[in-house]
Amino acid sequence: MEPDIVRENNTLKQTTTEHNKSFTDESEIRMQTRNLSVHYGSAIGVQDVTLPVYNNKVTALIGPSGCGKTTYLRALNRMHDLTRGTIVSGEVLLDGKNIYDPSIDPVIIRRRVGMVFQKPTPFPTMSIFDNVVAGLKLVGIRNKNLLNDVNERALRQAALFDEVKDRLDKPATSLSGGQQQRLSIARALAVEPEVLLMDEPTSSLDPQSTNRIEELIHTLKEQVTIIIVTHNMQQAGRVSDQTAFFYVGNLVETGETKTIFTNPKESRTEDYISGRFG
Amino acid sequence: MGVYVRQKQLTKKFLSQPPSILYRWLGDKIFAAVIVVVGISIIALAFSMALVLFGEGSQAIYKFGFFGFLTGSTWDPSVQLKFGALPFLLGTAITSVGALMLSFFPAIAIAIFTAEYAPLWLSRIIDNLINLIAAVPSVVVGIWGIFVFAPWMRDTAYMPVYQWTSEHFPSLLPVLGNPIGYGMSTATIVLALMIVPFTTALTRDAINRVPVAQREAAWALGATRWEVIRLGVLPYARGGILAGSILSFGRAIGETMAVAMLIGNKNTLPFSIMGPAATMPSVIINEFREAVENIHLSSLMAVGFILFVISLIINIFAAYLSRKFSISGGQSI
Amino acid sequence: MKTLRQRYIRDRIMVSLLIISTIIVLLPLLIIIFYVFVNGISALSWDFFTQELGSPGRAMQGRPTGLVHTIIGTLVVDSLALIFAVPIGIGAGIMLSEFPDHRLNPTLRVMNDTLNGMPAVLKGLLAFVLIVKPMGTFSGIAGGVALAFVMLPIVARSTESALMSIPWSIREAGLAIGLPRWRVINSTIIPAARFGLVTGMLIAFARAAGEAAPLLFTSFGNNYLSNHWTGMIFGPVDTLPQRLYSLAISPYSHWHEMGWAAAIVLLGFVIFSFLVARIATRQKFYT
Repeated sequence: MEPDIVRENNTLKQTTTEHNKSFTDESEIRMQTRNLSVHYGSAIGVQDVTLPVYNNKVTALIGPSGCGKTTYLRALNRMHDLTRGTIVSGEVLLDGKNIYDPSIDPVIIRRRVGMVFQKPTPFPTMSIFDNVVAGLKLVGIRNKNLLNDVNERALRQAALFDEVKDRLDKPATSLSGGQQQRLSIARALAVEPEVLLMDEPTSSLDPQSTNRIEELIHTLKEQVTIIIVTHNMQQAGRVSDQTAFFYVGNLVETGETKTIFTNPKESRTEDYISGRFG
Repeated sequence: MGVYVRQKQLTKKFLSQPPSILYRWLGDKIFAAVIVVVGISIIALAFSMALVLFGEGSQAIYKFGFFGFLTGSTWDPSVQLKFGALPFLLGTAITSVGALMLSFFPAIAIAIFTAEYAPLWLSRIIDNLINLIAAVPSVVVGIWGIFVFAPWMRDTAYMPVYQWTSEHFPSLLPVLGNPIGYGMSTATIVLALMIVPFTTALTRDAINRVPVAQREAAWALGATRWEVIRLGVLPYARGGILAGSILSFGRAIGETMAVAMLIGNKNTLPFSIMGPAATMPSVIINEFREAVENIHLSSLMAVGFILFVISLIINIFAAYLSRKFSISGGQSI
Repeated sequence: MKTLRQRYIRDRIMVSLLIISTIIVLLPLLIIIFYVFVNGISALSWDFFTQELGSPGRAMQGRPTGLVHTIIGTLVVDSLALIFAVPIGIGAGIMLSEFPDHRLNPTLRVMNDTLNGMPAVLKGLLAFVLIVKPMGTFSGIAGGVALAFVMLPIVARSTESALMSIPWSIREAGLAIGLPRWRVINSTIIPAARFGLVTGMLIAFARAAGEAAPLLFTSFGNNYLSNHWTGMIFGPVDTLPQRLYSLAISPYSHWHEMGWAAAIVLLGFVIFSFLVARIATRQKFYT
């Protein structure tokens, strides 16, 4: 474990030096929310959040639990459509188009904006292979070669291929918790999403698996834009380029991770980051 | 909250005047003894059911031999006094399997529709209707069957089919049987209707036990509603659904009154599709009150014993299935 | 490769199939209830609730007949069944929920489920052998015992789940201050679970009240009202489900009509019990 952490800290240093100038000036905005609010019945989940998400960057949403981070995240691929009595107002722009526009099909949005959940969610009755290509089989792709290629690509992206290549036909549930979570990531990546939402992807995992997934996030951002919810501030510091601090349903502060962690503007952010509450 | 208040009062009272150790010790002993006796009495009841049915049926089983009784196709309580349970075994098997096949998909369809598609108000209404219908006593369904359903089936289905067959394929008529309305197919259809609420309720439970995460994982892949059901819901719930339909099958086997009222009651093979037949419970209902010969009574008890054994096997099998297919937390299978 | 349109069409087709099967199944079931209501209400009369049945001739000659003896008999037999089943069922439920480590517990659970899965007609045969044969006569008490066999496993399981819904910490709190176990169960757990217990009893009652099969060879049936109440307990007695069956298979059209009346009374009786059970369950949340 020791060498891993050292290596990772090195990579972090490299990335931060590379992006020493503020990336927000030069990077393209991939997704952004304008005055996004989410209500459950009469209760307010998220209020009036305006937040840009940059292309090929990792954005971390931090804050105490119950502060609307997950609620916000789920609004980004219209998962709230499925909960009765949830009202979303405001705009979520993906490449400049509002995904809540009535003419837009949520099924297409969810293909472009993938999601990984807190707990691993392999489909229990399917093999590892079938799990990875589940999204492709949905759209009727039956070509064996293509499926094999995608399977290998996604599993490699999720850094799982070498561990499972000899037992692709085994049930997905035979994997360990950490492997199952990487399988869930591979399944999300197989359909080539543009944005990947991660809802505390390491909260149910042991430190070693957490480590692997954090490494993975580093390499993945070359290809996808990642938004990650985390409870763990060190994790946010390690993996993200941009950090947004949520507190009781409001976005308190957002900015480059480095700045947020070293020189926050708001006192609440500073209190939270320095561990005075949360 | 009442519990805590009560507990507090009790505590106060107890601390002010603690009862003797003897009182506590003896009280617990007596209480446990009563509970154990009660528990044993239920266990004894289940065992006595097997023993009594076998004991009372033993005369017939000894006389005709166990397999002789099972495979004997003559049931003659008046002249030969010869008894074989094969007609009733077949009748029960055909009607219950038929009812299960007829009801399986519609029952699951209702459960899927209410759990996944229907708006909340509609699924509440349907759920309550299903519960209401499950409460309708078998005899009430039976009287509807006798006076409404069977005559209607005879006029709209059996007679036309019978006439058409007699014109085109007269050789098939014995297979079709008498179109009187009371017979195997009527009983099977009514039986299917009667087990639907049961299968639906068990399927609904199985679907409700599917973790939200499974559904959301499928949604997040960009699945349509049906694809979510196929990918995230049904595979997870299949054990529960399977066990539920086995239990419904057990229900169909034991279902007595409506079948006895509609099946036409014919004790001799061969049975035909539309013609009268009999099942194990129906023959017990129809003949037990009138049986005078000891061997006749004993044979009916032996039929009851076979019914007991079959029900037992089905219940154990359903329990085994639901355990085998239960999936805990997505971690193991 | 399927287009999104094709996938949505498939989705639509599946929904339509689901809706169609829902209607196909629900419709006849609703028709049953509809027929029972229409035919039953038109067959109900004052005589139905005040006269006894008598011989078939009585109905054919147009003299007043009814099922007063059946209604009374049903109440007697069902009450007897409750009296037999409730103490034992609750006791077994306490064993299942409060003594999880007891050696008998797993066996009791399996046997209780076995009993619950057995067809009611077999419970009638059992009561016939255990009660009718030694007594030498069909009787209300035998009918009560047969129905108690139907109720017992239901009461036991519902008692178990009602008791289990009370948090374990309450028991521990009681035991921690040195209260004996039986006081904890009797004075805190059972009162706290009382609505659940009542609901379970009512559901068991409603289930048993509709059963005809176990009664045919235990309480047997009787066309007349007994002169003395003991006759209802120690002699053959009429009950609604069993009388409904006899009327329906009889060859007399007057009796067929009376059968519909019996059907609506029985259905009303059963549904009423279920509704009370539902309301009792809902009550739980307000206390």
